[in-house]
Amino acid sequence: MAAAQDTPLPSSPGQALAGWIAVLIASAFFVGFWQALGPVGAGGSLRWSWDWVPSLGISLSFFVDGLSLTFALLISGIGALVMLYSTKYLAGHKHFARFFVYLTLFMMAMLGLVLSDNLLSLFVFWELTSITSYLLIGFTHTSPESRRSALQALLVTGGGGLALLAGIILIGWVAGTYELSEIRAQGDMIREHGLYLTILVLFLLGAFTKSAQIPFHFWLPNAMAAPTPVSAYLHSATMVKAGIYLMARMHPTLAETDVWLWTLTIAGTSTAVFASFMAVKQTDLKQILAYTTLMALGTLTLFLAADTGYAITAAMTFLIVHSLYKAALFMIAGIIDHSTGTREIDRLGGLAKAMPITTAAAALAALSMAGFPPFLGFIGKELKYYGALAVQSEPLLVAGAVLLANALMLVAAGLVAFRPFWRGTYATPTVPHEAPWQLLAGPVILAILGALFGINSDLIATPLIKPGVDAISGGELIPADLKLWAGVNLPLILSAVTITLGIALLMVHRRMRAFLDAMETRLPSFDRGWDRFLDGTKAFAVWQTRVLQSGDMRQYLYVIFATLLVAVGGTLIWTGAFQGIPEMPGLQVKHWVVVLLIIAGTALTTITNSRITAIAGLGAVGIGVALIFIIYGAPDVAITQLLVETLVVVLFAVAALRLPVMKPEDGFPNRKLDALFATAIGLVVAAILITVTTGPINRRLTDYFEASSWIDAYGRNIVNVILVDFRAMDTFGEIAVVAVAGIAAWAILKGPKEDAK
Amino acid sequence: MRSVILTAGARLLVALLLVFSVFMLLRGHNVPGGGFIGGLIGAVGFVVYAIACGTAEAREALRAPPEKIAMVGLGIALFSGFMAFVMGEAPFTGQWLFIGATETEKGLPLSSVLVFDVGVYLVVMGAILALVFALEEEV
Amino acid sequence: MEVLLSCLVGMLVAAAIYLMLSRDLLRFLFGLILISNAANLAIFVSGRLITGAPPLIEEGQDFPVGEVANALPQALVLTAIVIGFGLFAFALTLTLRAYRTLGTLDTSEMRVAEPKDPS
Repeated sequence: MAAAQDTPLPSSPGQALAGWIAVLIASAFFVGFWQALGPVGAGGSLRWSWDWVPSLGISLSFFVDGLSLTFALLISGIGALVMLYSTKYLAGHKHFARFFVYLTLFMMAMLGLVLSDNLLSLFVFWELTSITSYLLIGFTHTSPESRRSALQALLVTGGGGLALLAGIILIGWVAGTYELSEIRAQGDMIREHGLYLTILVLFLLGAFTKSAQIPFHFWLPNAMAAPTPVSAYLHSATMVKAGIYLMARMHPTLAETDVWLWTLTIAGTSTAVFASFMAVKQTDLKQILAYTTLMALGTLTLFLAADTGYAITAAMTFLIVHSLYKAALFMIAGIIDHSTGTREIDRLGGLAKAMPITTAAAALAALSMAGFPPFLGFIGKELKYYGALAVQSEPLLVAGAVLLANALMLVAAGLVAFRPFWRGTYATPTVPHEAPWQLLAGPVILAILGALFGINSDLIATPLIKPGVDAISGGELIPADLKLWAGVNLPLILSAVTITLGIALLMVHRRMRAFLDAMETRLPSFDRGWDRFLDGTKAFAVWQTRVLQSGDMRQYLYVIFATLLVAVGGTLIWTGAFQGIPEMPGLQVKHWVVVLLIIAGTALTTITNSRITAIAGLGAVGIGVALIFIIYGAPDVAITQLLVETLVVVLFAVAALRLPVMKPEDGFPNRKLDALFATAIGLVVAAILITVTTGPINRRLTDYFEASSWIDAYGRNIVNVILVDFRAMDTFGEIAVVAVAGIAAWAILKGPKEDAK
Repeated sequence: MRSVILTAGARLLVALLLVFSVFMLLRGHNVPGGGFIGGLIGAVGFVVYAIACGTAEAREALRAPPEKIAMVGLGIALFSGFMAFVMGEAPFTGQWLFIGATETEKGLPLSSVLVFDVGVYLVVMGAILALVFALEEEV
Repeated sequence: MEVLLSCLVGMLVAAAIYLMLSRDLLRFLFGLILISNAANLAIFVSGRLITGAPPLIEEGQDFPVGEVANALPQALVLTAIVIGFGLFAFALTLTLRAYRTLGTLDTSEMRVAEPKDPS
């Protein structure tokens, strides 16, 4: 599939250029954000703002604080490395340039998302990441599996996005602003508000779908259908962390309540534990990594549940740790795939000799992942235990879950980064060979950073983690210190237990896998459930289309008019607005003559079987209506009506030559029902009009037009002034419709002729 | 069925109706009339002509294809709206020019709303004729 | 008079819908014309009726003298008439074209254009 580039073709210069441009863009962003480290580390923040849609309160405003800067650096930094990696990984691919366009767009969307200060523009970027990731996951668009996974990811995250939008609108309504920097200050008010629970649920739906928390987790492992660099990017620092970012961002506003605490604790814990069991059960390198990503997301959610300095510091630290090692390991999985032609761990072994650099990088990254000292992962793990023990809900349960997940993480790390390189030698589809520097740069740099940050944690503690914790907590919590050695205490003991348990489990891995396989068959599959859900939706759509779009015009009309009858008639009865038919004073003979003319014309048209008689009847109606216009002071309208009436008769006369004579309606069934139905609607329309005309009228617009027609618009015919001056834009739209109708009719008649059957 | 009297009468009638339609168009801003009515009268004139003398002759008398007239009219209307935009006002705001205006006489008024009404006139006439001619040629 | 005209509009609507529900496309077209007349009248009546005073400003005046008819619904109805005509003409050409292609004006026989069963 994705990595089937066994013999990469030499890429054309243009293609290579596309790749390097993308690398350059990402690096430039990284350098730019690097510059912001100073001011942000000193406790400041940066903000830019432009009005976008001022009438809706949407502005394009960007905000850099510790949290967004951490994300921005990870996105652009890992982005640059992944792009560099892709220049080689996808060299010679047919859609090489397209890939880099998608990837760059995705990166921009992601950066926009974490930097937006306006919730509505954040939502726009949120959706952009969904769309671009859809393109990336479905990049191998010839594969049905790939397309399915892409669509699944899009629908799940897009559905969550809709919930998020509703939540954003509600919070904007409650807070009176969409600017995050202003909403943050109103946290207490929002938590007290009656809509808090609704807002929270909507926001969490958005975050949980994006960050694949149970029960929305199933799309993430499927998204592994993407080319490996995409997985490395989307599942380390970006896409799936968007939900985490959202929860962290909204922490000052929505957290610190029992609902928040318990929801996130339960979702995070169950996701983490479930995912770590699933991870060690997999045999495909990428699948293992996918489930460990799920586990990481669960853990992050878990820590964001709490509002203690330890938990939040643990979240921030683990966020960085995970991004570094996960990107590195995904890229290594790609290298192994590239080099050997397989990603099945049971068919891999002893690659260390052929691929020494990869082996070293993998070892460094995996040690960080497994949480060995002196890597950053160790500090992360220590903080996790501190954090877990500080979680207000159920510290022991949470700590237990974290311990179990961490032990299984160690197993997964062993599976991914040690087995393929050391144990035994297997025949692989292609002869293993060391990867070129473009592929190695990413994993090596990221793995070394993991070690470097562990040995000297001040490198990230002051500039990123402390400002990040401040941003998440709203400056209320004291960030914990990042220390490799904090003396013998409970977290250290738990670390030791973790490592022992992990190594023990790694020993019995095969037996555990068989057991888990057996377990899994008893559990319901979310993935299949999703399919059933989709099938059900489609079946419903088909059924609904059958009902509403039967192809019989009478049925369409019945649906339309019945809706009118129920909606309008029902409202009339429900509100009791119709007060009966009032007196009709001042009626003269001429009024009755006109009305009778119209009634006669209508009756004639309705009952006749002759076309000529029907047209004559219509003419009578038209002239009657024109007379009404004349009597009530509308000469312009009356002239128009008469002219149009003339043209209608002419058109009918011309068309009648081509059309068959009308058949008597006796043969048609249900005409009595039709008549009853039509009468009911007629009565409703009459009732509503009587209600309207006996009520008060607002003449504000008319008064304005009468007052300004001559003074401002130099016209004495107010109707014409309205048409060509006051409402000229409307009129323009209307004549455009007339022009289109005329030309479309002309095209239909002059178009290609098909003979009658 | 070609009646000599109808043919001759139609020629006269179409000329009269056309003049009348332009008259209605121009006076429309102050008394009943305007682009819609003018366009309809003009269209009726040509429809009568087409019935009397055949569409081929009516098309010839019209000189330009009616669907093009409609499109040109739409363009003119859009252009008149654009004028206000150029003058720095919201599109379709009326722009006025009084030629030879004095203290008492307001002179000859020229305005973008008149241009707009001419556009309406052309669209209505063009669209209806495009349709009617095509329909008649069908038969 | 507003009340009488409201009832008239109701009758026009009823007749129009009865005609539109016919299987014969020609009758449908008659109904279409009637219902657009009804709609125009409805808008006109909603603006209230004032006898014999068109919304014109007389020469030498800056504002209309006395009470004049409501100009706003008139402007709306004027364009609605022309657009209604465009709609009718378009429907008529579609009818012609449908008859030329399908050889019938009976809408229940026109279902051949639609898929018969779900696929």
